[in-house]
Amino acid sequence: MTKISNQKMMDRLAEAARTGGISRRSFMHYSAAAGVTASAATGLWTTAANAAPKKGGTFRFGIHDGNSSDTHDPGTYVSRQQIYLAHQYRSYLTMINPDGSLGSDLATSWEANADASVWTFEINPNASFHSGKPVTAQDVKDSLNHHRGDSSTSAAKALLTSVTDIQTDGDHTVVISLAQGIADIPWLMTDYHFAICPSDGNGGIEWKSGDGSGPYRIDGGDWGTQWDLSRHDGWHLEGAYFDKIFMIVLNDPNARQTALVTGDVDAISLVDLKTKALLERNKNIVLESVPSAAAITMPMFCDTAPFNDVNVRNALKLSMDRDEVISKIAFGEATKGNDFHHSPAMPYWPADIEQREYDPDKAKSLLKKAGAENLSVSIHTADSVFSGAVDMCVLYSEHAKKAGIDVKVVREPNDGYYSDVWLKKSFTAVSWGARPTPDVMYSLAYKSDAAWNESRWQNEEFNNLLLQAKAELDDGLRAEMYRDMAILARDDGGTLIPFFNNFVYARSSKVMRGDNLAASWELDGARAPSRWWFAS
Amino acid sequence: MGDILRLVSKRLGLGLVILLIISVIIFFMVELLPGDIAEAVLGQGATEENLAAMREQMGLNKPAIVRYLEWLSGAVMFDFGSSIVTQEPVISVIGERFMNTLFLAAYAAVIAVPFAIVLGVIVALLRNSIFDRVANVLTLTSISSPEFFLGYILILYFSVKWGMFPAIASLSEGMSFGQLLERTFLPALTLVLVVVAHMMRMTRAAIINLLASPYIEMARLKGTPPWKVIVKHALPNAWAPIINVVALNLAYLITGVVLVEVVFVYPGVGQALVDAVSKRDFPVVQACCLIFAATFILLNLAADVGAILTNPRLRHPK
Repeated sequence: MTKISNQKMMDRLAEAARTGGISRRSFMHYSAAAGVTASAATGLWTTAANAAPKKGGTFRFGIHDGNSSDTHDPGTYVSRQQIYLAHQYRSYLTMINPDGSLGSDLATSWEANADASVWTFEINPNASFHSGKPVTAQDVKDSLNHHRGDSSTSAAKALLTSVTDIQTDGDHTVVISLAQGIADIPWLMTDYHFAICPSDGNGGIEWKSGDGSGPYRIDGGDWGTQWDLSRHDGWHLEGAYFDKIFMIVLNDPNARQTALVTGDVDAISLVDLKTKALLERNKNIVLESVPSAAAITMPMFCDTAPFNDVNVRNALKLSMDRDEVISKIAFGEATKGNDFHHSPAMPYWPADIEQREYDPDKAKSLLKKAGAENLSVSIHTADSVFSGAVDMCVLYSEHAKKAGIDVKVVREPNDGYYSDVWLKKSFTAVSWGARPTPDVMYSLAYKSDAAWNESRWQNEEFNNLLLQAKAELDDGLRAEMYRDMAILARDDGGTLIPFFNNFVYARSSKVMRGDNLAASWELDGARAPSRWWFAS
Repeated sequence: MGDILRLVSKRLGLGLVILLIISVIIFFMVELLPGDIAEAVLGQGATEENLAAMREQMGLNKPAIVRYLEWLSGAVMFDFGSSIVTQEPVISVIGERFMNTLFLAAYAAVIAVPFAIVLGVIVALLRNSIFDRVANVLTLTSISSPEFFLGYILILYFSVKWGMFPAIASLSEGMSFGQLLERTFLPALTLVLVVVAHMMRMTRAAIINLLASPYIEMARLKGTPPWKVIVKHALPNAWAPIINVVALNLAYLITGVVLVEVVFVYPGVGQALVDAVSKRDFPVVQACCLIFAATFILLNLAADVGAILTNPRLRHPK
């Protein structure tokens, strides 16, 4: 080969490495073929694949779940449109980093007193709203108080019930006092409801204007159609490489994927798993699949026959072939559940607990022990729970036949499923969004007196451990407690957890990302617009 | 002329009564849906306390009949109230979207109506020829396929394979009229394909029906060329049924575009209606449905008036 064609080949290889079109192994192989030494090729790979983020360009991304009736009120955030938009134009105190650790957003540092009942957050003095007003402790205080108090309509009210007082100390310090120690407060502040809005000066917040302190400012847009934003030059963090971002609501899966294929958008927030394989064939598109803490659960009422016998509960848990459910219903894009609501994408995950497998014979013997042979139960579900919910239950019903259990699948109407079926019927299928920590998850749905204790499970040991772990600032001890709680939930609890579903989304190969993707939301923890960049 | 004015005012009065009945039906249908607006807005994450506070704020604690009468007293003064969810006036919630829907309907109508009628005349002229058969088969195929399927087929060829038109019809401010026409071409074309068959076949049937009449035979005997027989002699007498079908299809273009809007992500009033129903946002649902109902009533009225104006026998009754 001549020198010039070698150079050309190396350029092409470097291009392929940069756009992710080639693996490191193939890169080294072809480089050697082009007459480059191994050490030189390694250096080339590093510079090509890890090129520094470049500023510029307009990032257009298509999202699912956007309604024309959404609003800017952080207390009623519920759709993906609101959540994604909030992460662009508003800020939070803390954020979940791509590697899963907790990082700074508005708060530069935070610390607790010895029993974790008083938390102090220092606010970044460089942070400013798009209107030019600096972000102060007062804004933070009023924003958090929006979710507290008797007249609050916020859906996040339950998360702050332990907060007794929020005080400012100077312009940049906020002190949160709690009725009991909670070690998770900094994690809790990443919840999408707790966006910091400008104070209205009377203890409330001005949420209607769309002003915020996030990486991009809103130039214009409408709920349910499209939002146009441009970079906030005074943003207090690194990133926000794009000049402009367009967030386009594409609710129809086909429209969303077609827009990505034709280049009308640069990324989409959700890929239809049924057609994933077809999309994968397109060389200009990169699919991302990120294991998340979002879960599908099947709670049974522990105080209602036949589920009041722990052997029956465990027999039902043993009667699902999770591998088949994951391959047929989740198309392989899921983490196998082990009947405790703590995913590997959450901190303190106990890795060494034995996986519960499909075992119809053991299920049969447990039923015999319970005197419940020829068990017949009804599972209530609806299509709206998640795509494939009814199919999953039908599949489960087939698996359970081998254990001699007759599972009847009752299909409920989509409308009002969570008000009329969930928490009302004794065995249901439920879809849970990702929660940042095991404490939040267990306190919401497994604590004996939780409003959403969906399995009506009462276990004193579990509740005591939960309280202890809540205020424990030693990570090692905490992890141990969560391990014990996981075993209790797995072996005594009333919730069958088939799987934790992955976030599956896609981007154009022209768009670059960092080494890791945050697991809190789709699109790199809903922060792709401030973390990703265009290849030059 | 006096007769027409009397007919129009009588029909408009009846229309108002129909609208009133429709508003009652819509209100109580929305009430019958499981779950209420507070639950729909706060979602799965709401507690009882939240819901109570939200219901209080939205005024849902009053009895349904009181809420309906409050809305009605505003509506008779042309004040359709505010969206319960966003607190914005209904006009500002759906105004722009309704204009978008009207634009798309008009775009499709401007293409479809002349095309269908001209095609109808041609196939009547060349009846039972190969051209007639092919045109019939093609238009019947397009009307028999669901809109979303036609939309996907058009997207597959015109945007994915050939890259001629954008696959999504999202609008942005500052677009020129030409860009607007290009962006919305595929959804308009889908609608054209859906409505052409009906209008074309009615034109063809109405004309062929008349061709057996003695006066057409007279025209032929005096040596008038076939196209002139149809355009000058048959068509004027065929207008009444054609106008009726055109009016029906125009109404369909405005009210039936929801699926097309979804496929092409077009910000029309259909999506707003679907969202409002799922959130139980009664004032918005009511306004959308009343607009659709009024469209049907007005277009039907226009069809009747048109039929009278084109028929001298009806214009000058004995």
